[in-house]
Amino acid sequence: MSKDFDFSDVQGLLRFGYKHHTDSAFALLRVRNRAAARAWLASAQVGTGAKGPLPKTLLQIAFSAAGLRELGVPAHVTAAFAPEFVAGLGTDANRARRLGDVGNNDPAHWEWGGPAEEAVPHVLVMVYALPGHLQECGLGLESHWAVPFELMRWLPTTDMGGVEPFGFTDGISQPEIDWSRELPAEDHDSLAYRNLSCLGEFVLGYPNEYGRFTARPLLDPVGAAATQLPRAEDAPDRADLGRNGSYLVLRTLRQDVPGFWRFLHAQAGGDAAERQRIAEAMVGRKMDGHALVAPAAEPIAGVDADAAARAQNGFTFDDDAAGLRCPVGAHIRRANPRNADLPAGTRGLISRAARILGFDSGALHADAIASVRFHRVLRRGREYGRRMSMAEALAAPTTAVETGLQFVCLCADLARQFEFVQGAWIAGTKFAGLPHEDDPLMGNRIAAPDEPDTARFTMPRAGCPNRVIEGLPTFVDVVGGAYFFLPGVRALRYLVTS
Amino acid sequence: MTPPGHFMILAEVLPGRVQALRELLAQMNSGPGRADPANRLLPFGRFEALHFARFAILVDMTHGDLAAHGETMPASLPTYLSFFGDCDGAGDAQLDEFVRVAQGGLLEVFAHCAGCPAGPDLAAWLRARNLPVAAAYANWTGRTARRIREERALAEALSRQAIGMGTTAPGKLQAVRAQLVDYVAAERRQGRLLVTPDLPTPIAWWWRNLAHVVAIPILGLLALPFLLLYSPLFIWQLRQRERADPEIVPAPDLAHVAELATFEDRGITNAFTALGSVKPGRFRRYLVIVLVALLDYAARHIYGRGHLTRVQTIHFARWVFIDDKQRLLFASNYDGILESYMDDFINKVAWGLNLVFSNGVGYPRTDWLVKGGARNSQAFKNYLRRHQVPNSVWYKASPGLTAMDLARHGRIREGLDRRAMSDREIEDWLRLL
Repeated sequence: MSKDFDFSDVQGLLRFGYKHHTDSAFALLRVRNRAAARAWLASAQVGTGAKGPLPKTLLQIAFSAAGLRELGVPAHVTAAFAPEFVAGLGTDANRARRLGDVGNNDPAHWEWGGPAEEAVPHVLVMVYALPGHLQECGLGLESHWAVPFELMRWLPTTDMGGVEPFGFTDGISQPEIDWSRELPAEDHDSLAYRNLSCLGEFVLGYPNEYGRFTARPLLDPVGAAATQLPRAEDAPDRADLGRNGSYLVLRTLRQDVPGFWRFLHAQAGGDAAERQRIAEAMVGRKMDGHALVAPAAEPIAGVDADAAARAQNGFTFDDDAAGLRCPVGAHIRRANPRNADLPAGTRGLISRAARILGFDSGALHADAIASVRFHRVLRRGREYGRRMSMAEALAAPTTAVETGLQFVCLCADLARQFEFVQGAWIAGTKFAGLPHEDDPLMGNRIAAPDEPDTARFTMPRAGCPNRVIEGLPTFVDVVGGAYFFLPGVRALRYLVTS
Repeated sequence: MTPPGHFMILAEVLPGRVQALRELLAQMNSGPGRADPANRLLPFGRFEALHFARFAILVDMTHGDLAAHGETMPASLPTYLSFFGDCDGAGDAQLDEFVRVAQGGLLEVFAHCAGCPAGPDLAAWLRARNLPVAAAYANWTGRTARRIREERALAEALSRQAIGMGTTAPGKLQAVRAQLVDYVAAERRQGRLLVTPDLPTPIAWWWRNLAHVVAIPILGLLALPFLLLYSPLFIWQLRQRERADPEIVPAPDLAHVAELATFEDRGITNAFTALGSVKPGRFRRYLVIVLVALLDYAARHIYGRGHLTRVQTIHFARWVFIDDKQRLLFASNYDGILESYMDDFINKVAWGLNLVFSNGVGYPRTDWLVKGGARNSQAFKNYLRRHQVPNSVWYKASPGLTAMDLARHGRIREGLDRRAMSDREIEDWLRLL
């Protein structure tokens, strides 16, 4: 089914990374005066997904569940959103344990978004500006917000030129969204890894990879809901508040750049090339963004055919099952194992049946992790703080340098996408059968009563025992976070005017 | 080989005693979702042959769903205390051992149940309540709790040695292996590492197992002509029901999910217990009986070497009919968080789940018994959560180890037992360390 997508009804972040708008800052607001807040939100112009001349500045607006309540959205409507969104990111100890938000990452220590009711922002306003226009725009907004909102804080960002604070090129692997809906909108097996995702994996109100619709509030089509909101595709007699919206996860990740490089420097015995080699093994990419494995022979749907795109993103780990080139526990391999619904090399009915029934013992080991197409997220994060040179990082600055990532991701199913990747693959201590290690960059290294050592990193080597690095410290701490709903343009208008 | 065994006690809780029983059972825990191996009532850690055990109070919150089928229901169902687990050797012998060591504690627990006898009769009373398990799956047939402990020690010691050799130059594989083999031999001489050979397989069990291997296919062959004749009618009956059966998959109650989550993800392995009604009518009743029998056959004779179809994260699982097959209990011990367990199911064995559970009231709609169903992922997750029952006590004998760890440890030991290995085999073997 091919349809023209109405890009003017999605907020632009779903389609664009706003790379020309290098200056940005994210405002966390709490509602002080409901009527004034609704009035400002109703007048705010958000950047949409429609292409046009670049505006000097643009806004993206999202709400937490507490924010929807505060703005007067009826409780039964808010309750119909995903339960993870309704509960919130930092408010539930069980969720925190599942996501690895314990120890250094414990929401109780967060600078914003922690378990206390007053720590959770109501409204997120993301401001994107062409170079030099951010400050003026921010000041203007602050003057408008004085009555309606309490400004909790600005989350600043820094343009580091596409390189994250440790020095690696970032944001390379992104799923392509099937806007024109060429993928079948039905349940099917997918036997090759593809980088193209069904629209409904990221935009609410459309079929997802199962050919189903993710739960979201469907309203009686009366009054403003009838006139302002689109009808639900799967329930034409209902108005779809979710359509063209998405869930947005925002987490402030503080990176210990000196800690990272000094640890690796010691592991490498002071050898600069070896230090970089270990760092690249941990990340799973060269510092310049190139893959550690060769491009796949077959083209991958959703990856451009040009040589540069293929070298950075046109690969799978099918020919590196043992992790000799890219360790199995490397960060990018955990975040996206790049596999299909059945282990690689499934050809013909007999091999397919054998693998479905688990009779192909050779394929079973590679089958511990499967069906990555259900676990993709669209990343829109930005760096913050000050970029440090290698020399500065190795010299151990005497004053702490605040730097890291304002991690932003979008998905339609928080549990199956963000929480799954973060909880099972990043924070998980048994990823793909690897014992004793969590994510080499982001792991919390927490020892549990039955898990005494989670601080290793294994680098398989050809012809000799594995090289195992032990005693990895934490390099990244979560210091804030919340779940938001990024509504479609019409839904945004409806939420603050009806 | 010591065959895997299991026990499954179901006892009706006396009216008004559920809360007191909950509080008593909580005393067995050192924290939420974590049984104290040395607790005063039943010190699990003292039982060498025990793999997993749990107590769960079976309150059926979805029994009312039967109303959607137009059924009139009994005003109240009995609330059961279930006590079940997995062990090496016969389940009855394990029960006797529990009573021998912890008669007082067990009496204190079962005193909350109808008909609990005085001390000396407890063992016989428990045996009489040891329900047949309609289908049982063990990740690895014959892998005893003792072997798990020994192989863990072996794997960890070898891993430690191998990490120390991590800077060895390539090309010395035979020498590396010889060094590791010698190390283990020396440790064994010192008694620091143990490798106890398996006990012989009990003859009676061996014959019974063989009879089961043969009997089910023979029965199938005998029934084949009848089944062929019946199949058109069967298809019509099935398709009609698949179109008409109500789907009951509302979002689960948030407080219920919060209670369940409190006990989950405390360690790498979790315990799942769920309860549901079989759809009314003879068609579903006989269908589910046959399918669970086939499942049992597959689990016992085809799988049991580290995986159940494609799923490698289940240590033990069981399907048990209760109340004259009107209800089915499913319980498992699985690795990872529930979300990944459910996704593993949905993405790898939706067809297998559909075969059995689509005979349960409210299950997401299936087509041709295998399609659809669990693939309606959100509906399926709601269905599971609604039917899930919190465990009051859950014990795991080998904390921190996933089923894949156990398989890896087994391969490490096999590699030691080999007389010679090629360079290629050694390379693969060293990867395990």
